[in-house]
Amino acid sequence: MAQPDAEVPEDLTAVKNVTLELPPEIVAQSLAEYARAWVGRVRSGESGVLPVIAAMVIITVVFQVISPNHVFLTGNNLVNLFQQSAVVIVLAMAEGFVLLLGEIDLSVGYAAGVAGVIGVQLAEPQTTNWPWWAAIGGALLFCVFVGAIQGTIISRLRVPAFVVTLGGFLILNGLMLILLLLGPFSGYPSLIGPGPNLSVMHQLMWGHFEPLESWIGMAVVIGLLALSFWLRDARRRRSGLVAPPVSITLMKISLVTVAGVGVVAICNINRALFGTLEGVPWFIPIVLGVLGAWTILLERTKFGRYIYAIGGNPEAARRAGVSLPNVRTIGFILCSLTAGIGGLLYASYLDGMSNNVNGGQLVLYAVAAAVIGGTSLFGGRGRTLHGVLGGLVIGGIANGMYLLQLQVQWVFIVTGFVLLAAVTIDALSRRGSATGGSGRV
Amino acid sequence: MTEPLLKLREVDKHFGPVQALTRVDLDVPATQVTCLCGDNGAGKSVLIKCIAGIHQPDHGQVYWDGEPVHIRTPRDASHLGIETVYQDLALADNLDIVQNMFLGRETVRRGLLDEDSMERAASETLSSLRVTTVRSIRQPVASLSGGQRQSVAVAKAVMWNSKLVIMDEPTAALGVMQTRMVLDLVKRLRDRGLAVIVISHNLNDVFEVADRIAVLHLGHMVVQGAAAEFDRQKVVEYMTTGGLGRDAGSAPIRAGGRQDGPA
Repeated sequence: MAQPDAEVPEDLTAVKNVTLELPPEIVAQSLAEYARAWVGRVRSGESGVLPVIAAMVIITVVFQVISPNHVFLTGNNLVNLFQQSAVVIVLAMAEGFVLLLGEIDLSVGYAAGVAGVIGVQLAEPQTTNWPWWAAIGGALLFCVFVGAIQGTIISRLRVPAFVVTLGGFLILNGLMLILLLLGPFSGYPSLIGPGPNLSVMHQLMWGHFEPLESWIGMAVVIGLLALSFWLRDARRRRSGLVAPPVSITLMKISLVTVAGVGVVAICNINRALFGTLEGVPWFIPIVLGVLGAWTILLERTKFGRYIYAIGGNPEAARRAGVSLPNVRTIGFILCSLTAGIGGLLYASYLDGMSNNVNGGQLVLYAVAAAVIGGTSLFGGRGRTLHGVLGGLVIGGIANGMYLLQLQVQWVFIVTGFVLLAAVTIDALSRRGSATGGSGRV
Repeated sequence: MTEPLLKLREVDKHFGPVQALTRVDLDVPATQVTCLCGDNGAGKSVLIKCIAGIHQPDHGQVYWDGEPVHIRTPRDASHLGIETVYQDLALADNLDIVQNMFLGRETVRRGLLDEDSMERAASETLSSLRVTTVRSIRQPVASLSGGQRQSVAVAKAVMWNSKLVIMDEPTAALGVMQTRMVLDLVKRLRDRGLAVIVISHNLNDVFEVADRIAVLHLGHMVVQGAAAEFDRQKVVEYMTTGGLGRDAGSAPIRAGGRQDGPA
């Protein structure tokens, strides 16, 4: 343990207390120690993804038991659930960037909406008839622009993000309605139509791989992931750096393998009422691609490190020579860009866009999903993965309650309570670590 | 006496009508701990910030290794080898020890952070200061005690071939045990051949570590000299009145730059 305390051996209790606060992978040499350290950490409020995993288990068990004909865990319903959650998941990953900075972006819902409309409109044969990739690129480019403007106002003029993005929310809402009315669609540009461009955009959510392709793709991805986990941990163990024990590395690898095999197995069940419909839908690799890219960016690059540093202590980051305005602005750009990806998925899911798109509700779900997943509202703590887990919880609640034929008001109320629980856990763990810090010798 | 590592001559600094520093001279020799004392508002922090590149003196000259230098930004100070540990320590609670020590100067390999080499370097620095063991180096700073945080902040400062470490009230918020730890650390820095400036109110601490003592009073450097030439009462008198009532003029080196007479 820490040397300074070790120098005063009579102060053993302090040493023990500090040990309990450490992330388990630091102090543990064996599996048993690892488990003990982990329990200690959960007790002290540093629970990580545990609450959200618990919530997912509860949701699964409850809905499986009480849904009519126990339909919740069927392949068909689970693929539906993934599909219904995908947009919120991507928006939650978007919101993650700004939440880590200790800011908030209220405009992601309508940034997504506008991106969806731009994508659909540009690809429509009756309007501009752009190829699908240009339409998608145009939509995302617009989002980068939105993020750059909002981020610049927030980071250079220091106008509170809440107000700036509230302005963005209204402006983008209006813009979306204007853009919807362009072209001969009476406000309902649709992706159901002739031509390969509309079809590709429709397939984002509705296309799927063949079962064999799904297995091969999964095997490649899991294989690479497992290899990188193993090599990294083995290298760190060899050179005497802080590293988890072998058993933990193996556990991590088996966990992703089980998850990968599980998802592919579920998706490969025939989910059509008539004929065959099987294989992993396109949107799953799209969502996982966003997850992978943003995880690497946040956890393995200088830029990501600065995002965390600014969220934790902006003054420390500033004195370390980090350009706060630049990092903050890029954070907002990446947030809007990711929201744009979510918007294109949403357009695909709805098979077109209309003024029914409720960006206000989308942004609230996005923030809720990130926080339910374990991202802190106070900045500096959270991971991209949290958006995925939180999005699945929200999607799971909505899906399960739909199966029970409960009305949407009950979905709101239950989601609200889950959000309250998540924020309370966040605040409690923050308070726990703060008091613990000053109370310790 | 050889040329001091850092030498300030006739440094003036004012903020609008407020004269914060008046013709301040200061000598900071290498391998010695210089304690800077003074009451609130004496100008200690302003003086430190002039050295650290946060403020720039209006008049006067700063010499580094005998050469005249202009320290315009904190980065200039870092380039010379001057690192400052401020009272608030400037650590990000959510980052671990390695991440904090390398903040802003991360090692990158093929576009990604090179955690392995950073962790090795950080752990070498920490163990050379006998601060902590390798096993706790991935601990988030939030879980550290006050003394440990101070140690991390100091280790962060000495990591970059620094020659002068400035510590602003390093023991102000610490208990007895933690203060002990930090004072030991200050001595270890000196033993490594660094120059250290410590700002402190606490005369126990000052007499524990100081090789030299310098006292500021109302923006004037009223006295500086080897710690052996002072006793506690003398320092208190210089701090509170700017001079020695009982024996004015017998200051160890000089009591220059004062316009008002000793009280």
